[in-house]
Amino acid sequence: MARELFGKKIKQIQDEILLLGSMVEQATLDSVRVFKNRDMETAQTLVEDDQNINDKRFAIENAILILMATQQPLAHDLRLLASMLIVTNELERMGDYAKGIAHNAMRLGNSTIPVPIRNIEKMADLAVSMLHRSLSAFINEDIKIAVTLPKEDDQVDALFNESYRSIVKTMIADPETIDESSTLLWVVHNLERFADRVVNICERTVFIKSGEMLEMDGSDDEMDEF
Amino acid sequence: MLQENNLENIITTKDLSVFYGTTQAIHKINLNIPRNRITAIIGPSGCGKSTLIRCFNRMNDLVPSARVDGEVVYSDQNIYGTEVDPVHIRRQIGMVFQKPNPFPKSVYENIAFGAKINNYKGNMDELVEKSLRQAALWDEVKDELDKSGLALSGGQQQRLCIARALATEPELILMDEPASALDPIATLKIEELMQDLKEQYTIIIVTHNMQQASRASDYTAFISIDRTRIEERVGVLVEYDQTSKIFVNPAEKETEDYISGRFG
Repeated sequence: MARELFGKKIKQIQDEILLLGSMVEQATLDSVRVFKNRDMETAQTLVEDDQNINDKRFAIENAILILMATQQPLAHDLRLLASMLIVTNELERMGDYAKGIAHNAMRLGNSTIPVPIRNIEKMADLAVSMLHRSLSAFINEDIKIAVTLPKEDDQVDALFNESYRSIVKTMIADPETIDESSTLLWVVHNLERFADRVVNICERTVFIKSGEMLEMDGSDDEMDEF
Repeated sequence: MLQENNLENIITTKDLSVFYGTTQAIHKINLNIPRNRITAIIGPSGCGKSTLIRCFNRMNDLVPSARVDGEVVYSDQNIYGTEVDPVHIRRQIGMVFQKPNPFPKSVYENIAFGAKINNYKGNMDELVEKSLRQAALWDEVKDELDKSGLALSGGQQQRLCIARALATEPELILMDEPASALDPIATLKIEELMQDLKEQYTIIIVTHNMQQASRASDYTAFISIDRTRIEERVGVLVEYDQTSKIFVNPAEKETEDYISGRFG
């Protein structure tokens, strides 16, 4: 069979993407935990550790570019490598959201404003679970999962809207909390955008498999409405 | 197939089959070649690509055992009709081969030769200059037009052959692996030249080089061995579409496997 080496190299990159994905998942769950516990020390470590995610992203990107230059992929191979570049970029941005949450934990410090922590935890669990399954579907080119998964984004959006309303309510009730409450808005926004990027990954899976560029994200960026 | 709007076809084949003696080379190929576009023909060795394009200017007539079934319609007429003069057809449909084959004469004579035997009445110096300019060779040879064509580099020789083909003012130029014997720079020059030429001419290129087909052509036809007649090695048209479609998202798995190097 021709192209055996090429296949092996693609497999290696896919493994690295899965690894990057698990780094992002862990960083997200950790960031929400330190946010809940206001664990400043770990929050600082998480902010610094984002560099590892960025480094891994560049290493993967480089490996993909080398493969493009040396193997001149076409058709499915071309769609696969192009999509891997995009998904790697999505993961790096999702890592930034985790970093942002840790950063906001530090900004909030020992503030006593009411935090919709249960919603935030739910959003994080849901979004991380979506990411995990979307990456499996991406690697396995499982179009069925890729098409159904984005519907779960509605649940994340609903939690976002609920949290948004409660945070704004706090702002109205006590304008002195506006500064701290806006920090909270960033946290829920980051989780909401995280799930949107999962949808982007699903779109890429569909593209690899079918060549179709489908827009699967029905919801707008919630921040645009601010 | 995705078609551009208002595209006129210069050649249409209808159930075109070619036999060499009792051996069938290609089977019932139906293709529309659009005017002022570059169409690439790709496929594994021995699938009949060259046989196909040699039907377009009746070059297969020169093989004694060759027999053609079906039609090649050019300018509203089947070029295999009994009343058609193959020499007339070849004047309108020029050909460039894999290995540059200039005549062992001067650069000037290489261009003027075809025009002379066609009783060209115009200004020969002008024709030579125009043809060499169109083939992007003029600046390199204008001071040594009496130098032997064989003394040029491989890439220059191939452009000389293109200039020679252009001198008879054809409508269509057939190129059978025109760059396979050339280095990458000379290859790119030929490909750039093709882009310039398609304003005025139609080009059909046979190539083994996927990158070349994807870089240089507007449409791509993939010819392969008929899977149901593998022993006989009969060429059939598997897929024909815009080049961007073929190389990013082909419809047929066989095309996919071939262009991504998984068979052939």
